[in-house]
Amino acid sequence: MATEEGKIDPMYQFEVQTILEGFSLGGQQIAFTNSAVWMLVAVAGLWLFMLGGMKRELVPGRWQMMVEGFTGFIDNMMEANIGPAGRKYAPYVFSLFMFILFSNVFGLLPVGVLGLHPFTVTSHLTVTGVLAIMSFSIVLIVGFAKHKLHFFSLFIPHGTPLPMIPFIFIVELLSFLVRPFSLALRLFVAMTAGHILLKVLAGFVINSTNAGAGYGVLVGIPSFALMIGISALELLVAVVQAYVFALLTSLYINDAENLH
Amino acid sequence: MPQIDQIALTYGSQIFWLLLTFGFTFLVIGLGMFPKIQGTVDARDKRIADDLEAARAANSKADELEESYRVKMEKDRSEAQAVVEASKAKANAAAEKRKTKANADIAAKLAAAEADIKARSDEALREIEDVSAEVAQDMVAKISGAKVTKAAALKETKAALKHG
Repeated sequence: MATEEGKIDPMYQFEVQTILEGFSLGGQQIAFTNSAVWMLVAVAGLWLFMLGGMKRELVPGRWQMMVEGFTGFIDNMMEANIGPAGRKYAPYVFSLFMFILFSNVFGLLPVGVLGLHPFTVTSHLTVTGVLAIMSFSIVLIVGFAKHKLHFFSLFIPHGTPLPMIPFIFIVELLSFLVRPFSLALRLFVAMTAGHILLKVLAGFVINSTNAGAGYGVLVGIPSFALMIGISALELLVAVVQAYVFALLTSLYINDAENLH
Repeated sequence: MPQIDQIALTYGSQIFWLLLTFGFTFLVIGLGMFPKIQGTVDARDKRIADDLEAARAANSKADELEESYRVKMEKDRSEAQAVVEASKAKANAAAEKRKTKANADIAAKLAAAEADIKARSDEALREIEDVSAEVAQDMVAKISGAKVTKAAALKETKAALKHG
C-alpha cells in the first residue's frame, strides 16, 4: 500500500511497475513489469497443474481427475453450445478459460503477507481487451470463411417482417459490434471492483485501529469480518467470470459456426 | 485508475507479454496437453463402454445357456415321466390279465364243484326214493295184500316226497 500522510490508496495495486527496462518496439517500451511476472506465474501454475494430469492412467488419481474435470467441463460446454463442430475450438476456449481462471485466482492470493505485491492481470483493460479481440476475431474469421457474405444473415432473425429488416439489421449489428467491448469490460470491471472493495475494507481496518482501540473494535473488526465474506465472494467471482468469458466466447463462436 | 492512466505508457508491454504468455498457453497447453487429456478420457470412456458391452453379451449368453438347460431338463423330465407312465400301464395290464385268468379258474372250479354236489344230491334223492318205494310196496303188500307194481309205488312216493 502506498501511504502518503497515512492515506491508503486502493488503486495502487493496479499500477504497472517496471522491473526491467527491456527493449523498445515501435516507440513503445517493452518493459518486464510486475504484470508480466504475474502472467508468467499464472502460466507456470497452469502448466504445472496440467502436468499433473498428463499421467494418462486408465484409473485416474486425484490430480488427474481434477484436470480431467476441467477439460471435460470445457468439452461439454463446447458440445452443448456449438455441437460436434465445437470440438475444434475447445483448445482455444480451454486455454482462455484456464488462463483467466488462474490469473483471477492468483491475483487473489494473500501473498502480501509475504511482503510481495499481488497483481491481478485480468483487472487490466489492455489484457481483457486483447483476449476479447482475439475471441471476436475468431468469430469474424470463422463466420466469413464459412458463410461468406451470408454471415450477415445473422443480423436478421427468422420471421422478421420485411419493412422491419433495415432497423433490425442495424440493431443486431450494433449488438454484435458491442460484444468485444462487453466481453472485455465485464471481466475488467468485475475484477477491479472486487479488489478495490477488499483494499478499501482493509484500509478501514488499518486506519480505524490506528485511530484508537475503540475505533478498531467498532469499525475494524466488522470490516475484517466483511472482508472474509467478500474474499469468499471474490473467489466465486474469479471462477464465474472465467466461466462467463469462456461461455460467451463459445456462444459467439456458435453464431459464427451455425448462424441461427 | 492506473489501468486507464497508464494505458498509453504500458499497452505495448502488456500486449507483448500477454501474447507471449497466452500464446504459450494456447500452443503448449491448449494444443499440446488438452487433446492428450481429452484422448485419455475418450479412451477410458470407450474402454468402459466396450467392457459394459462385453458384460452384456456374456450375460445374455448365460441367459441363453440357462434357457437351453431348462428346456433340456424339461424334455428329460417329460421323457422320464412317459417311461414311468408306460411301465405303469404295462404292469397294470399284466395284473389285470392275471386277475381275470384267476377269476375264470375259480369260476370253473366252482361250477364243477356245484355240478358234482348236484349229481351227488340227485343220486342220494333217487336212492331215498327207491328205498321209500320198496318200503311202500312192502307195506301195501303186508297191509292190504294187493300187489303194487314198483313203478306205481315209485310214482306215488315221489309225489308224497314232493308234498313233504
